Amino acid sequence: MNKLVQPLYLDNQENKTWKFILNELKPKGKIFSPFNIISFPVIVTGLIIMYIRFTQGIGSVTNLSQDIPWGLWIGFDVVTGVAFAGGAYVLVFMVNILNLKQYKPILRVTVLNGFLAYLFYSGALLLDLGRPLKIVNVIIGNNFGVSSVLFLVGWHFLLYMLALLLEFSPAIAEWLNAKKLRKVLSGLTMGAVIFGITLSVLHQSGIGALYLMAKDKIHPLWYSEYLPLLFVVSSIFAGISLVIMEGSISQRVFAHQLDKDSHKTHDNILVGLAKICAAGMFAYLALLVIVFVHGKDWQYLSSPMGSWYLLEVIGFVLIPMGLFYYSYRRRKVGLIKMASIITLLGIMLNRMNISIICFKWDAAERYVPSWQEFVVTLTIIFIEIWVFRWIVRRMPVLRKSPEWVRGDH
Amino acid sequence: MSLSRRTFFKAMGATAVALSVGKELKAGPEPEGEATEFNGMLYDMAMCRGCHGCEYDCAYAHELPEPDIPKEPPFRKTDETRNTVVNKYETSKGKVFVKTQCMHCNQPACDAACLTQAMHKTEEGPVIWREDKCMGCRYCMISCPFDIPKFEYKSTNPRIIKCDMCFTLQQQGEIPACAYNCPSGALMFGKRRELIAEARKRINDNPEKYVDHIYGEHEAGGTSWLYLSPVPFEELGFNTHIQTSSYPGLTKGFISSIAPVDILLPALLLGVYEATKTRTQTEEEE
Repeated sequence: MNKLVQPLYLDNQENKTWKFILNELKPKGKIFSPFNIISFPVIVTGLIIMYIRFTQGIGSVTNLSQDIPWGLWIGFDVVTGVAFAGGAYVLVFMVNILNLKQYKPILRVTVLNGFLAYLFYSGALLLDLGRPLKIVNVIIGNNFGVSSVLFLVGWHFLLYMLALLLEFSPAIAEWLNAKKLRKVLSGLTMGAVIFGITLSVLHQSGIGALYLMAKDKIHPLWYSEYLPLLFVVSSIFAGISLVIMEGSISQRVFAHQLDKDSHKTHDNILVGLAKICAAGMFAYLALLVIVFVHGKDWQYLSSPMGSWYLLEVIGFVLIPMGLFYYSYRRRKVGLIKMASIITLLGIMLNRMNISIICFKWDAAERYVPSWQEFVVTLTIIFIEIWVFRWIVRRMPVLRKSPEWVRGDH
Repeated sequence: MSLSRRTFFKAMGATAVALSVGKELKAGPEPEGEATEFNGMLYDMAMCRGCHGCEYDCAYAHELPEPDIPKEPPFRKTDETRNTVVNKYETSKGKVFVKTQCMHCNQPACDAACLTQAMHKTEEGPVIWREDKCMGCRYCMISCPFDIPKFEYKSTNPRIIKCDMCFTLQQQGEIPACAYNCPSGALMFGKRRELIAEARKRINDNPEKYVDHIYGEHEAGGTSWLYLSPVPFEELGFNTHIQTSSYPGLTKGFISSIAPVDILLPALLLGVYEATKTRTQTEEEE
C-alpha cells in the first residue's frame, strides 16, 4: 500500500498544477480596453499579411528591391529593437555585478522585456528570411559560416535568449509555486548573468559590424570602422531610456500591483538612470567627434545629408544628454521621461539612417516601406505587449515575490 | 545566487569553445591573386561589338528566361532573371559596350558574409551559390561591393541569382558559355595569372588603344574577371574608388576580437562581482 501512496500524491500534485495553469490561461483584465480595441484589428491584419508573405513571397507584401535587400523588418525590428532591448544587460550588470541594490525593483520587469523583445525580433527575422527553414543549417552545424559576422550575431543572439530566460526563470517558478525548481534555477542565475552580459556586448556591437562590409553603400558621415563600438555604447543609453519609458507606463497601468512606497522608489531609480544615460551619451558623443575628425568628413557637412547628420547628433544626442544632466541635477522626473523619449527617437533615427535612409543614399530609387511592412511591425510589437501583460498579471514581476521566497534568499 | 569556481570555469570553457570555434577568417586564397591558379575571364571592351549574344547563351546555360532585348536597348541592370547584361556607353572614343556580371573576387565579401556557406569561393575561382544551404537572409547582397547577388522576391522558395562562371561546365572541362560563343573574341577564358599577362601584353602592344589599367587586377583585393578598356573606366560607370584591399578584411578586426572578449570579459565580470559583494552576502554564502 505504501508504495502506491507516493505516485498518487504526485499525480494529484500534477493535476493541481495543470488546473492552475489552465485557470491562469484565461484572460484576467478587461477585454474591451482601449488598447485591445486598437491592437486586435491590427494583429488580425498583420497575421493575414504574414500568411500572404508565406504563400506568395516576400515581394508580394514588401517594397524591398534588388538594391535595398534589408528594409523595415530588419532596420527597425532587429537593428533598432536590439538596441532598445539593451536595458536588460545594463541593468543586470548594475544589480548583479555591481551590487547596486536600489535598482532591484525594476530588474525583473526589464529582464522580461528584454527576453520578449529578443523572442519577437527573432520572429521578425524569420519573416524576413527567404528560406526560413534553412536556418537549421546555422544551428545544427553542417554549414558553419564562421567567418560571417551574421553567424556570430545569430549565435550570440540565440545563447543570450537562453541566458535571459534563465535569469527570468525564478519568477516562473514562483508563479508555479515550485520551490525546489526555483532553488535550482536561481543557482544558475549568476552564470547566466555573466555570460548574458558578455553575449550582449558582442551581439550589440556585432549588429554594427554587420554593416562594415557595406563601406561604399553607407554615407561616409555614418559609416566608420568604429560602427561596432558606436553600436554597443549607444545600446547602453538606448536600453536605459526604454527602461525609463516602459517603467513609467507600467507604473500607471499595473499600479494595483505595486505597494505605496514604490512610487517614490521609482522616482529615485529614474534619477539614477538619468545620470547613467547622461554619462553614456557623453561618451558616445565624444566617440562621434573622434570618428568625425578622424574620417575627415568636413566637406559633407554643408550638403543636405550633413544637415540631416547634424540634426541626429545635436537634436537627438546632445540635447537629450543635456536634458538628462539637467533633470537629474534638479530631480525633475517629468523631464527625465521626456529626455528618454527624445533619446529613443534618436536611436531609431540613427539605426534607420545606417540601415535604410543613408544606405545607398545616392540611389535613384528610394525605398519606402509598404503599409504591409508597417502593419506587420506593429503586429509584432502589439503581440509582444499582449504577452508581456499576460505575464505581468500572473507572475511576480512587478509585485513582490511570494512569502516563501523571502526567507530563501 | 552563488557560483562555485568549478561551475564558473566549466561554463566559461564551454562558452569559449562554442563561441570561438574557427573565428579567424579563412586563410583562403592569397591576397596576391597571382599566386593561386584561379580561373578567370579577360573582357576586352575595345573588341566587344555589343551583339548581346553572351546574354542569350548565359540564359540558355542557366535555364533563365530568354532575354528580350530591343534594337536600341535602354540601360539595363542584372536582376533575378539575368546573370549578365551588356550596356552601351557613349564615350570620348565613341560607342563602348560594357558587360556586367559577377566579378568573382579572390576574397569575396559575399562568401565571408554568408553564415551558411551557401556563397562559396571554389578553388577553381568561380564564386557559386548553393541552394541547399542558403536561408535567404540577403546579407550577401548587403555586403557585395558590386551589387551582384539578386533575389527572387516573388518566389516562396527564392533563389539567389548570379553568374557562377558556368562552374558546372568548367567541371566538365568546358569553358563558360559566354566566352565559348563570343564572336568578336572579346571574352577570353583562362588562368587568371595568364590573363593578366595577356592583358599587359595587349596594353604594351597598343598603348594608344587601351588605358593603362586592368580593372579587377587589384580592385576589391583582386577579381577573377578582368576588364580592359579603351577609355578611362570612370566614363563607363565603373566604381573606380573601390578599395584595393579585400572586403572581408573590413570585418577581420571585429571577428578576431570576439574570442578574447568572450573569454576575458566573463573573468573581469566575476572579479568585479567578487569585489563589490557586501559583507552580508559573503556571510550568507558561508
